[in-house]
Amino acid sequence: MKQRQKTTIVASICLVVSLAASSFVLHRTDQLRPQATLDEVLFLGSPKVIKRASLGYDGLMACIYWTRAVQYFGYRHHNFATSYNLLAPLLEITTHLDPHLVVAYEFGSSFLAPQPPHGAGQPERAIELMQYGIENNPENWRLYYDLGFVYYMELHDYKRAAETFERGSHVPNAHPFLKILAAQMAQHAGEYQTAQMLWSATYQTTQDQQIKQNAVEHLRALRVDEDVQHLQEAVTRFGERTGRLPASMAELVAAEGLAGTPVDPDGHPYKLTPEGRIEVRVPDDFPFATKGLPPGYKPAPKFHALQ
Amino acid sequence: MRTRIAYIASNTFREAVRDRVLYNLIAFALLLSGAAILVGQISIEIEKLVVINLGLTAVSLFGVVIAIFIGIGLVSKEIEKRTLYTVLSRPVRRWEFIVGKFFGLAGTLVVNTFFMAVGVFAALFYVSHKFVRADALILVALYFIVLEFLIICSLALLFSSFSSPLLSAVFAFSLFVIGSFAEDLRNFAGMAHGFSRWLATGAAYLVPNFSAFNVIASIAHEQPVAGQLILQNTLYALFYTTMALSAAVLIFERRDLK
Repeated sequence: MKQRQKTTIVASICLVVSLAASSFVLHRTDQLRPQATLDEVLFLGSPKVIKRASLGYDGLMACIYWTRAVQYFGYRHHNFATSYNLLAPLLEITTHLDPHLVVAYEFGSSFLAPQPPHGAGQPERAIELMQYGIENNPENWRLYYDLGFVYYMELHDYKRAAETFERGSHVPNAHPFLKILAAQMAQHAGEYQTAQMLWSATYQTTQDQQIKQNAVEHLRALRVDEDVQHLQEAVTRFGERTGRLPASMAELVAAEGLAGTPVDPDGHPYKLTPEGRIEVRVPDDFPFATKGLPPGYKPAPKFHALQ
Repeated sequence: MRTRIAYIASNTFREAVRDRVLYNLIAFALLLSGAAILVGQISIEIEKLVVINLGLTAVSLFGVVIAIFIGIGLVSKEIEKRTLYTVLSRPVRRWEFIVGKFFGLAGTLVVNTFFMAVGVFAALFYVSHKFVRADALILVALYFIVLEFLIICSLALLFSSFSSPLLSAVFAFSLFVIGSFAEDLRNFAGMAHGFSRWLATGAAYLVPNFSAFNVIASIAHEQPVAGQLILQNTLYALFYTTMALSAAVLIFERRDLK
């Protein structure tokens, strides 16, 4: 074997072995400090500084920061985190870098506004974000819709929700349902019907499959909440009439003259507990439901990356 | 005269190709195809935006780097290898040498940009499955990027005509960065008083203003570019490039090559 061939073989072996060894060591180091790569650090917090530092390529930087915000929220959401300290700054940087990145306002507000574990529980920051979005994209009626949505769903501020929907309805080419929503807010605010209408409108007007799925989940949860409330009222009425709790769901159905055993959106019959509570059979199937859940119920973790 | 300039330009182009400058296209293709496939999985609703933003930013940055690193060596390398003496011993004038080198480098960048543009449109088709009328705006952004390259090429040549490659690179890159902040410099001039106002205003007009050439973000949102801006940017690039090349010629004409 020639000297040159020998060198080639030895160098190739060294290359492969050292690459494998360095990967192995790095893997072990990561196990020693699992949170190291996910630390909550925002080295540059000022949107203005980042915009200057991007040397005019702020469009690309906005995409990078938006992706970072999505990853940050996604990771923490899947781990049922209760604090999202970096979310609002990340969204603020994203939208200052590219004020026309409408998706950052739409999704950003739905990340920020809901209470944990569904969101960051920062509706005020969501409102600030949406107002900045409207300021920079006044012709986009969806932003008014999303802002009104936050006022209604998270703050239960029906007056402001009505005003926002009303303002949005004046935007050229705005969807006609904004006018209906404005009227609905003023008359029937706080009812399931209104919430159903909002989520149905969201489902119908978005092209994004994730938003559609989210709307479906909320509609299913709303139906559960409404069913459970009606059935619970029926249990109370039964108790007032007879002085005892119904022994079974069949007895309650017969006493109330219902057409059949009430079922949840998945077709599972609702459960009547010996304590007289109405519960769903599979709570994990309705992540947004607020009623019909067993006492002390905690949703099952979706992701165990660190375990 | 025209033939001599064309010869020098074509030789510069061939030399750049021989130096494997166009290999950057492979890195560009990998970057863009990787982004087009990956972004859909790690982000929300910005696939098309990323392809346009990343594609055009990469076209711009790759081009700027090539313009600076090739441009700074155009004259000094010829002196170092002593090939300049052979060229100048023929009936070639010094200014023709500078202009020929400029066109050669500009040609290299135009060819490079053309292939990258094909890549951007291919990636765009991959994520959108169709082209819409607004996608034609990308051509405007690419045109502005090419205009930017012309200015940087001329500046690199200017520095190369009197300085060492390392210093030329530092000067050219610094001017690129300062040029990106030109609007701030102008704002600063507006706020200053007395002598510093004159100084800042002079500096603001002397350094290249690249901010008007960067329309990538607005084009990604399908916002049209005014015809007036296209015209004015073209004129500005033309005048600025001529100015920098004239300065390069003036310096090179007087340079002692012994």
